Amino acid sequence: MKLRTDLALISEWIVEDSHVLDLGCGNGTLLAHLHETRSVTGYGLEIDDENIVYCIQAGVNVIHTDLNQGLSDFSDDSFDYVVMTQALQTIHRPDLLLLEMLRVGREGIVTFPNFGHWGARISLLFGGVMPTSRALPSEWYNTENIHLCSLHDFEKLCHTLDIEVLQRAVVDTTHHTSRSMRLMPNLFGEIAIYRFRSKPVKRIYQRKKK
Amino acid sequence: MPDILSPDCVGLVTPQSHKFTTPLALNCGRTLPSYELIYETYGTLNKNHSNAVLICHALSSDHHAAGYYSMQDKKPGWWESCIGPGKPIDTNRFFVVSPNNLGGCKGSSGPNTLNPDTNKPYGPDFPIITVRDWVKSQARLGDVLGISQWAAVVGGSLGGMQALQWAIDYPKHLRHCVVIAAASKLTAQNIAFNEVARQAILSDPDFHAGHYYQHNTLPRRGLMLARMLGHITYLSEFAMRKKFGRELREGKINFGFDVEFQVESYLRYQGSSFVDRFDANTYLLMTKALDYFDPASEYKNNLSAAFAKLQAKFLVISFTSDWRFSPARSREIVKALLDNKKEVSYAEIKAHEGHDAFLMPIPRFIQTFQAYMQHIEISNK
Repeated sequence: MKLRTDLALISEWIVEDSHVLDLGCGNGTLLAHLHETRSVTGYGLEIDDENIVYCIQAGVNVIHTDLNQGLSDFSDDSFDYVVMTQALQTIHRPDLLLLEMLRVGREGIVTFPNFGHWGARISLLFGGVMPTSRALPSEWYNTENIHLCSLHDFEKLCHTLDIEVLQRAVVDTTHHTSRSMRLMPNLFGEIAIYRFRSKPVKRIYQRKKK
Repeated sequence: MPDILSPDCVGLVTPQSHKFTTPLALNCGRTLPSYELIYETYGTLNKNHSNAVLICHALSSDHHAAGYYSMQDKKPGWWESCIGPGKPIDTNRFFVVSPNNLGGCKGSSGPNTLNPDTNKPYGPDFPIITVRDWVKSQARLGDVLGISQWAAVVGGSLGGMQALQWAIDYPKHLRHCVVIAAASKLTAQNIAFNEVARQAILSDPDFHAGHYYQHNTLPRRGLMLARMLGHITYLSEFAMRKKFGRELREGKINFGFDVEFQVESYLRYQGSSFVDRFDANTYLLMTKALDYFDPASEYKNNLSAAFAKLQAKFLVISFTSDWRFSPARSREIVKALLDNKKEVSYAEIKAHEGHDAFLMPIPRFIQTFQAYMQHIEISNK
């Protein structure tokens, strides 16, 4: 089975034999792939009971979890990576969850639909309506995406939270990348992918708190 | 009664029993010099004995987990929904062993069996058995059947506690552990319910300090009350409302204390039919085993420390409306496994049926359970 390009990209960022927590792991595709290709261990967290069955079928350890409740079942520094694909924008408090990700993991990886994409901008500027697109198919009143942001917004939040961005990539909804996307990611990228960690200062502060 | 046996039923079954003559040292300090365990098996043990699944039963069940004894039986075994060809515990793949626990009243040594020293029923003299004692006796049954490692040990409620104890006491002797609607220890509220049930039995004038067999009587009222109380706690408020509402048996209130509401009639029926099939001394013993279970107590109340040496992979399942063994209790088990980076999957199944949900064919539960069991590898070398 061919892996979605954003998942393939993430896989390349993850070092072999690491311990990974996948937030909103869906049917377990990423973890199953990481286990097979990189001997990665770990758990997926998922709230949809049908997806939980798929995960178990795929041999992926999955824990029924509501991400809005935080990650209190996990102790500090218990994972090498905490990954969250296409779920950040559905969370009640993305800022708190990002901090939780870096509490339980050494590094975080997220992907989200970029609200700074030119299509979204045009829709609001000329149409005067909330954008819907391939990456954001739902209407404003029934969408699960309650906290949309652009690449700039995300990076600003990272700065506020003392989070250091280690790597960034953008792709379109077919999960391909192009020259224009690389040059002006916030305008042309449909899906953003980030790898990040706590800034050293923050890490020392967190250790002191313990 | 079944007119024809469904193809996903194990069919007609016959219990077997084994007499153990090596003394069993018990948690309470006493020793059972000899004892008998009655059990049923379904499916076929493979050549290298790698496909055996042990079923641990709950408070009021027994070894009859699946199938029928005869075509005249009204009901199949208690876990018919989960055991059989093509079911989660697939008897086409697995060899299933289902014993009646020590202290039970359905054929294994217990208060209602003869004490070889006195030739009278043990009655209240039967020693108090703990979950750990059960596991030990089940391990010995495994030895008799030539099973040195279970593919899985599976149980719901009190049965789930036994599965947990298995993983702690015999880490190398099981590959998978399935813990359904269980807890790593009872809450004060849960112990309180058990205490009321026990007091109902103990205060029945027909109890005769547990020697009612000699008086040719039964503490009917006490055991009935205990069961009625238990039954309320096994159902959810929603399930009761849906099943009975405020429906009246005669369509009107009679301003008296006879049965008026349907729910009263149901509870009385459940209580009185239970008296005919269950022993009061066993009920007392089983509730004590529940109350005492607390594997973390030996590890300074640190469940994670208790789980440090586990080797089995885990499936933990809870049900949303189960308030007697709530999802929060299952999560404690899951958290302690996660602390140790053990392999575990956890599913919280949406169900209205309360604690009893684990006995019912709830589609998502069955799918989840089945997906896990199908993944268990059985080597045929």
